[in-house]
Amino acid sequence: MTEHFPILILLVPLFGALIVVLLGRERPDQCWVTSLISLGISSLISFFTVIAVLSGKVQELRYRMGGWPESEGYEIGIELRVDILAALVVFAVTLIGFVNTIYSKTRAEAEVQGKVPFFYALMQLLIVGLCGIVMTNDAFNLYVLIEITSLTSYALIAMGNRRAALSSFNYVIMGTIGASFYLIGVGYLYIKTGTLNIDDIHMVLGQKNLWADQSIIVAFIFIMLGVWTKMAFFPLHGWLPNAYAYAPSMTGTFMAPLMTKVMVYVMIRVMLWLFGYKFVYSGQYIWGELIIWMSVLAIVAGSLLALARTDIKKMLTYLIVAEVGYMVGGAWLGNVTGQAGAFYHILSDAAMTFCLFIAASIIVLRVGDSRVNAFDGLFRKMPLTMIGFTVGALSMIGLPPTCGFFSKWYLISGGIEAGHWEYVCALIFSSLVNAVIFFRIFERAYFGKISGVKEDHFPTDSDANPDIRIKEVPWSMLIPLFLASGTVLLLGIMNRSLFEWIQTALKMMNT
Amino acid sequence: MTEFSFIPLFTWIVSLLAVPMILLFRKRPDAREGVTFLAAFMKLGMIFMMLPLIREGKILHFKFGEILPGIPIEFRVDGLGMLFALVASSLWILTTLYSIGYMRGLKEHDQTRFFCCFAISLSATIGVAFAGNLLTLYIFYEILSLSTYPLVTHHGDKEARSGGRTYLSHLLGTSVAFVLPAMIYCYLKKGGDINFTDGSLLTTNIDAGAGLIVLLAFTFGFAKNGLMPFHSWLPNAMVAPTPVSALLHAVAVVKVGVFCVIRVFTGVFGIELLEKLDIAVVVSWIAAFTVITSSLMALSQDNLKRRLAFSTIGQLSYIILGVSLLSDFGVTGSILHVAMHAFGKITLFFCAGAIYVAMHKKYVIELVGIGRKMPITMTAFAIGSLSVIGLPVTGGLVSKWYLVMGTAQSEQIALLVVFLISSILNACYFLPIVYRAFFCRPEESLYEGGRQEAPLACLIPLCITALLSVISFFNPGLFIELAELIIK
Repeated sequence: MTEHFPILILLVPLFGALIVVLLGRERPDQCWVTSLISLGISSLISFFTVIAVLSGKVQELRYRMGGWPESEGYEIGIELRVDILAALVVFAVTLIGFVNTIYSKTRAEAEVQGKVPFFYALMQLLIVGLCGIVMTNDAFNLYVLIEITSLTSYALIAMGNRRAALSSFNYVIMGTIGASFYLIGVGYLYIKTGTLNIDDIHMVLGQKNLWADQSIIVAFIFIMLGVWTKMAFFPLHGWLPNAYAYAPSMTGTFMAPLMTKVMVYVMIRVMLWLFGYKFVYSGQYIWGELIIWMSVLAIVAGSLLALARTDIKKMLTYLIVAEVGYMVGGAWLGNVTGQAGAFYHILSDAAMTFCLFIAASIIVLRVGDSRVNAFDGLFRKMPLTMIGFTVGALSMIGLPPTCGFFSKWYLISGGIEAGHWEYVCALIFSSLVNAVIFFRIFERAYFGKISGVKEDHFPTDSDANPDIRIKEVPWSMLIPLFLASGTVLLLGIMNRSLFEWIQTALKMMNT
Repeated sequence: MTEFSFIPLFTWIVSLLAVPMILLFRKRPDAREGVTFLAAFMKLGMIFMMLPLIREGKILHFKFGEILPGIPIEFRVDGLGMLFALVASSLWILTTLYSIGYMRGLKEHDQTRFFCCFAISLSATIGVAFAGNLLTLYIFYEILSLSTYPLVTHHGDKEARSGGRTYLSHLLGTSVAFVLPAMIYCYLKKGGDINFTDGSLLTTNIDAGAGLIVLLAFTFGFAKNGLMPFHSWLPNAMVAPTPVSALLHAVAVVKVGVFCVIRVFTGVFGIELLEKLDIAVVVSWIAAFTVITSSLMALSQDNLKRRLAFSTIGQLSYIILGVSLLSDFGVTGSILHVAMHAFGKITLFFCAGAIYVAMHKKYVIELVGIGRKMPITMTAFAIGSLSVIGLPVTGGLVSKWYLVMGTAQSEQIALLVVFLISSILNACYFLPIVYRAFFCRPEESLYEGGRQEAPLACLIPLCITALLSVISFFNPGLFIELAELIIK
């Protein structure tokens, strides 16, 4: 049974999507339940996959699509490959997909009236695409799956408000350029090696000793540029803020934490599995230093741009840009600590971005204002939502015991080990800027006057103001928030074992 | 020597467990304050249970699981931690009594939140005092910064908010910017846990340049110690209600800052390594500069609490200066000063608060002739002043004696002069207040009529702390004993 897990993770939501579309005409109210069930099953299977991979019996699961026999020499068929790293990311994707579906319960009907079945169908296809990206062991198949996720996400974003269509179009252009860069890179590799299987390409590159070959270097650069465009690495981030901010709220909450992180995973995979650490970190090319500086730029620029925003969601999207800088920098430090830190940050950033986006969406929905002054007095008005928001924000700043602290700890350790002090400084700078951003909000939420409520001399005395009614949102939105903030804390507490698993897996690729 | 024990855990957790109880009794103030008292007495009781063991030279420890590879969350109670915990938790009881008098006397709002945050702050303080390694110390340090923020901004007006902003930005900013990277650097250098048992960095081949940077990063990073130029949060935090200023900004929070510095000097680096690298003298001179400058600034403050705040900044730098002398007397003196200054300064703050409750006065010029109106308060104020200046018959003399001997022992005569100048300046900004309160011509006096003291709940604590200042002069043995444990 275990060996079929990888494909089952993909098939369940794929068929779920089809069923939702079929059901949509007759029983639109069943769409939510159907997709909840299919994503629930999928995330359960991916949970068992994590356990199976950890149990030690199988280091990695390999699944040959279509039952292609193992051939001599090159692999012909498409292969799925799940090791602990892939299993963790897949689990994160499916779990966030599942929790986000709970959140969508009331929002989907309100925000995309008439298109509810299509929303759920597209969402499940998007999850299929993302899981596929993480699991596939075929460079071209990876491209196809990237396109699947792109096409579904264009549609999902365009369902949003008036400005969403334009930002989606912007995303289409950038996304297409990125994907085609990636494809060009894969083309070069195919010409040189004659295979598309990632392991085989790596093997052939070694056998033929093509490391210094011009076309391989060009292929690497193209692939990197393509992946960076898709992950919004500064300065290729232009498409991201509008797309995520104007999308329907339940689309934003799913895509903001995951799309960029999955592409970071792809980058790490391409670097270590496809090309290998010897090629990537060799001192022969200057790109190592250059990319660290680019990531420093991304972190600083992302933080400052976020600081300058007054719109909550826009601010959060710029923080994503900064976080992408963290991970790219960490992966390029050239030591296992940095790579593992970047990888741990994929998980922790997914959790905290999810948490913050849900909280922000709830607040924007309730208060009806997306500017920072929406937070005025919220600790009294919506204490539960604010608790969730606070956990996410403290993690963004990097205070213990949230996971943000530990990912920063590992990334800084990696930076110091590699002697890249500029990267360490950038991380600390971004922490401080985040502290300013979020404490500015806390201060408003803590002291701010609630409009329409008469305030007496002491604005913070809730006992003296019985007029303030607590106006929380339905449980279908609060539960996801608490699950997310719980995960932020859980990842922090579990960081040591997680980090050790990640480190062991990555160490194998660095020797 | 090292003994596993649950008592450190219980001591830490008891005030944390009080928080839900306080919330539960929010509608019944007497029961609510009863909970605080119960927690405070239990905390002190458990500390007294540990005291004999510590005096025998044992070290109690308690370990949670490892949180980062090789670093557990760990409590270790040694002489230094014991002394600090003893001072903080015994003064918590008095401050609670005082808070009741102060907060009810002024009919303050949100008292439940006030007592909750106070309990959390005390837990964090004990966490710092008992922390067995740098990471544990750091975590509780940050919790303390966050949990005291609602106390500083208690009034919620514009002034409180801007005070709170300065408070958090200084304390969080410096700890994230300086302590965190320095801590990670030490961790990587050592290749594992940075506990305080020995000079952890001694075994590594750290050179003087890197050592100095790390040392300065720690010393400035723990900005609760009020070292210039990161001192301005303290005067701004005086917008808080007086019990907060008294316990937190004269004892718990600021002493946590210097406590961390002492830990870094004696635990992380170790005196031996610092002597070898010869870098501590830089810190000495920064502290000396702070001592003189803050005393001069205190002279010009008219707001009584702000004057006390600047005096605190100077006195904290005494402690840093003392430990940076690296001599036995210097280190003992600075640890002693943690306790002695606490008794003296909390008395002064209690008096300032009592004056505010009874007379609604907060400026120094308004205190002419107040001695006849509030004789008990002003007598206590005089004793507190003597202690801070370092005159007999108060405990301040004992610690200052050791500090001065420390300068002589390490042959830093210039620093000895700094101590003397600072003492004169201390006298200049305290004694005129006392003098004019008691001795003025009747027509100069701003007060008339008979005695009018603050409520008893305010008055009793300040008498006890004044008494403690005097007792600690005649009987400093326990404190000296605990302080000397760290040198052995």
